[in-house]
Amino acid sequence: MELRGFKNRNATPGYIYFEGESKPQDAWGRFKRFADRAVKGELFVGLWIVLREMIRFNIHTVQYPAEKLQMSPRYRSIHKLLRLFESGYERCIGCGLCEKICISNCIKMDTKVDEKSRKLVSQYTINFGRCIFCGYCAEVCPELAIVHGDDYEHASEQRAHFGLKEDMLTPLDKFKAKKQKEFPGFGALSKDADKFVKKTPLAY
Amino acid sequence: MIETALIIETVVKAVIALAVIAGMAGFATFLERKVLAFMQRRLGPMHVGPYGLLQLAADGIKLFTKEDIIPQNVVKPIFVIAPIIGAVSAFVAIAAVPYFPQFTVFGYTIHPIISDINVGLLFIMGAASVGMYGPLLAGLSSHNKWSLLGGARAVIQLLSFEVVSGLSILAPLMMIGSLSLIDINDYQIGGFSSWLVWKQPLAFVLFAIAGFAETNRTPFDLVEFEAEIVSGYATEYSGMRWGLFFIGEYANMITISALVSIIFMGGYNPLWIIPGAIMMLVKVSFWIFLFLWVRAAWPHVRPDQLMWVCWKVLMPLALINILITGIVLV
Ligand code: SF4
Ligand code: SF4
Repeated sequence: MELRGFKNRNATPGYIYFEGESKPQDAWGRFKRFADRAVKGELFVGLWIVLREMIRFNIHTVQYPAEKLQMSPRYRSIHKLLRLFESGYERCIGCGLCEKICISNCIKMDTKVDEKSRKLVSQYTINFGRCIFCGYCAEVCPELAIVHGDDYEHASEQRAHFGLKEDMLTPLDKFKAKKQKEFPGFGALSKDADKFVKKTPLAY
Repeated sequence: MIETALIIETVVKAVIALAVIAGMAGFATFLERKVLAFMQRRLGPMHVGPYGLLQLAADGIKLFTKEDIIPQNVVKPIFVIAPIIGAVSAFVAIAAVPYFPQFTVFGYTIHPIISDINVGLLFIMGAASVGMYGPLLAGLSSHNKWSLLGGARAVIQLLSFEVVSGLSILAPLMMIGSLSLIDINDYQIGGFSSWLVWKQPLAFVLFAIAGFAETNRTPFDLVEFEAEIVSGYATEYSGMRWGLFFIGEYANMITISALVSIIFMGGYNPLWIIPGAIMMLVKVSFWIFLFLWVRAAWPHVRPDQLMWVCWKVLMPLALINILITGIVLV
């Protein structure tokens, strides 16, 4: 782009400027405006529209405690820790990426090596007083272990609620009943992700 | 003997009218919420009783059991009496309104009107105007600027609209030659084509507009418009005192609906095969619905616009209407 292009301050070609209604100049103009405003059917258009809505009876109320909204998969709410579908073991491998990327520093985790020499996540908490629900942790997690839930009812008596590992991890009985759903939202693989997998080029 | 019977009959009628109108006024608040909700694609009250029907009872209990707060610095006697004036004048106006045609029970003919005064219409309009003292006194005594503004607006509204409603009703009265609502009703006995709307369309429109103003309904609800003056004259009121204002307002709505139906829309004369009482109910319900409908659809006017439209547009129109009617009659 040329410099001239940047210098053009009047950079709103798509805008339509509305100067306002032109004022009537003489008495006849004023009378015409009065007649226009008085006789125009606008008021009746308004009446018709509300009546039409009443007849259509297309009610948009969600009767909240009885009915609940289905949130979009991209909704970022209190986190969940998922389990592996095959073994039921926790997906989290304790890599610590989420802790590292969290911009409000609210994930705290502790790992240790268990008796089978595997890395075990012994502590995992999110301080929801500080979490800004940015979704970076879900996006960075290589195992899709930490994901966002879609539950929007999080009033509670303690600020530590929801944030402990036990709260977030899919409970075993729920998992056994096959109620754990794969997470479709932020950071998840897209449906056609397989198509983009390429062989690792070895022949350098 | 006749005297005692008359007194008993009148008292019974008064009690019935009071109970029915108060009940209808309460029900109108429920209807208002429902109709407004439907027009805005909401459901309205739903949880108390089937489809929220018992909401009324819940509201009643709430209003009656609320603490009766009289704020500091208000002029207490006036503050206390203002809502009573509002409600009482609304119910007094009802006394001269005939709601149904006369009927006979056990060989005893009943006129469903508490008292057929020969200046019935004048009486109703007078009583309704006294009702304006409710808001005015409430506004003056509340020691609150919103209330004061609300009261002031009530007065300008009254001054502007009493003129229009009085003048607009004059033209039909010239044709009928009586102020009694029963005479007015009987004038239109000839069925649909003899309704006064067809002969006095302008007066009809003017009176309807004035009716909206007199009941403080939406295009002219500047007495209690929330966005500007919180709740107007009722800002400091709570509990049953507030409730009285609103029963009065809804009773006024019913009165105005009945008046328009009787004066312009054939009253309680039977139409085709529909009996008169049903016709009256249908018409009054339609007018109540219209009040709610307009509230859902229209914005409200500013006080200066109200005065402008009253003095500069509606009043001249009413005068011209009287003039034309006079010329035609002569
Ligand atoms: S959503 Fe953002 S702020 Fe919250 S825990 Fe994850 S990375 Fe941290
Ligand atoms: S990024 Fe995922 S796998 Fe790694 S520690 Fe966090 S939750 Fe566990």
